[in-house]
Amino acid sequence: MVSGKGGTGKTMITAALSSLLKGSLVLADCDVDAANLALVLNPRRIRIDPFMGMKAAVIDPDLCTECGECLEHCRFNAVDRDGEAYLINSSRCEGCAVCTVVCPAEAVSMQSRQTGEIMYSKVAHGHLVHARLMPGSGNSGLLVHAVKKTAMERDGDADLFLVDGPPGTGCPLISSISGMNAVLVVTEPSVSGLHDLKRVIAVCRQFRTKTFVVVNRYDLDPAHTDEIKTYCQEEELPLIATIPFDPAVIDAVRAGIPVTDFGVSPASQAIRLLAEDLEKELIQLGTR
Amino acid sequence: MKLVIASGKGGTGKSMVAANLAFTLAETGQISLVDCDVEEPNLHLFFPAVTTTRDVTLPIPVIDELICDHCGKCGEFCRYGAISVLPNRVLFFPDLCHSCGGCTLVCPKKAIHEEPKRIGTLSVSTPLPGLKLISGMLDTGSPLAVPIIREVKQEAADDSIIILDTAPGTSCPVVEAIEGCDACILVTESTPFGLHDLELAADVTERLGVPAGVIINRSDGKDEETIRFCAEHDLEIMLTIPFSREIAAIQSRGDLLCRVQPEWQKEFRSLFNKCKSLTGAEL
Repeated sequence: MVSGKGGTGKTMITAALSSLLKGSLVLADCDVDAANLALVLNPRRIRIDPFMGMKAAVIDPDLCTECGECLEHCRFNAVDRDGEAYLINSSRCEGCAVCTVVCPAEAVSMQSRQTGEIMYSKVAHGHLVHARLMPGSGNSGLLVHAVKKTAMERDGDADLFLVDGPPGTGCPLISSISGMNAVLVVTEPSVSGLHDLKRVIAVCRQFRTKTFVVVNRYDLDPAHTDEIKTYCQEEELPLIATIPFDPAVIDAVRAGIPVTDFGVSPASQAIRLLAEDLEKELIQLGTR
Repeated sequence: MKLVIASGKGGTGKSMVAANLAFTLAETGQISLVDCDVEEPNLHLFFPAVTTTRDVTLPIPVIDELICDHCGKCGEFCRYGAISVLPNRVLFFPDLCHSCGGCTLVCPKKAIHEEPKRIGTLSVSTPLPGLKLISGMLDTGSPLAVPIIREVKQEAADDSIIILDTAPGTSCPVVEAIEGCDACILVTESTPFGLHDLELAADVTERLGVPAGVIINRSDGKDEETIRFCAEHDLEIMLTIPFSREIAAIQSRGDLLCRVQPEWQKEFRSLFNKCKSLTGAEL
């Protein structure tokens, strides 16, 4: 599940599909910046592991001769000055190690740091892997990779691997869709929704992954829903579901459960149809 | 004054706030609006205008195979796995390269030089007499957002009132946008998702030492949890915007609330004054 634009309903749909699609299941929340899937799946924690990001530079003040070579060569503005002293700003450091090469005093070393944690939990219909990135840390693409790897190592034999992806088109998104059999793009009917849909589709195309489109809250702007339909036809993208705006969705999130477990509602009905159609499509793809 | 608009969760209304605030202030002042959500920039959709666009590039290595003796030092050094040295040739994977320049430094034969590679674009326009819009756009398929954010911020560096719109999330692209700003508006919605991500975003602004206040958007009146969190963390709720199908429709067709319902301009002016007092500046 990806979207380009944030807040279109990826997590809500992922949670609902996890209880509707058949077979054994492992879920990964790859929106590691702001992981929300656990909030509606009532997970029971099985284990938690530290995530070590890339090694970052550390300057030993006792060895540093304050020559400034590191600051001059760092392309990430990660070397700060505090009076005469030089310090590494670890949130900007990308771990390239150029400073270790240019330092004439061998005062810089590369050190491991924990930049997040990975949780593995039991949920109603399988297992969930989710992560917490220390706010302000880099390497979220690397953490996405680690979350997916954990899911595959622990539940590689599951019938279905569902990934709740991040918004955007950059490093974490690319890391989320790589290696997947199908991508479901969740969009909303607005100028921004359509614009962002086109960009994320362009990325999916580069992966040659089977791509489906879902329009959420389609009735809030029927004219833009029509525009999205036209775009999907032109691009030969299957528009697999349209889901109406429904206050039951927010009520379900507040209750901490998938909307499809919250009783009969228009959104819930639409997502049930989506699950049925998706099941058929996945069989056709040969992945079920 | 650099004012940045962020949110942990996506789709809470950052761009809506940024666009309306800039539109309102541009009636009486000179405003620079900077779109730092370079993966999915949207502000230009609200301000159609003639733009000047240039490429944003990063220097990437080019290896001179005539000089290279395949010693392997560059491949050993590269932390990103972008260079693989085989016995008789060198493989370079440009999408993995972070452009640190390390390979050129470690090559004993000086066989590597750098050439620019396009990763995206920067566009500037003047959609209103008082408004300069600067947008960064990452090329699709290109992973590195941060260098473009750096460049769009630089483009506005000398301007006096700068409003920056960020990507959702809490990692490097968001940090890059927030760092060095005078105040931050955190836009949230009162759901458990909104609140969870507001907590993360508030943690980022606190770590970066940027004073922050909150806007609750699409409020359905059930805001108690968010109000309690803000009170506990000393975050002022500067504006609450109710959910209405009409406001949603204005936004979705690419129009501006403050243009269609000018009475909102008063709210956005007051929001700006609250942001100024966050920074401790004289009103």
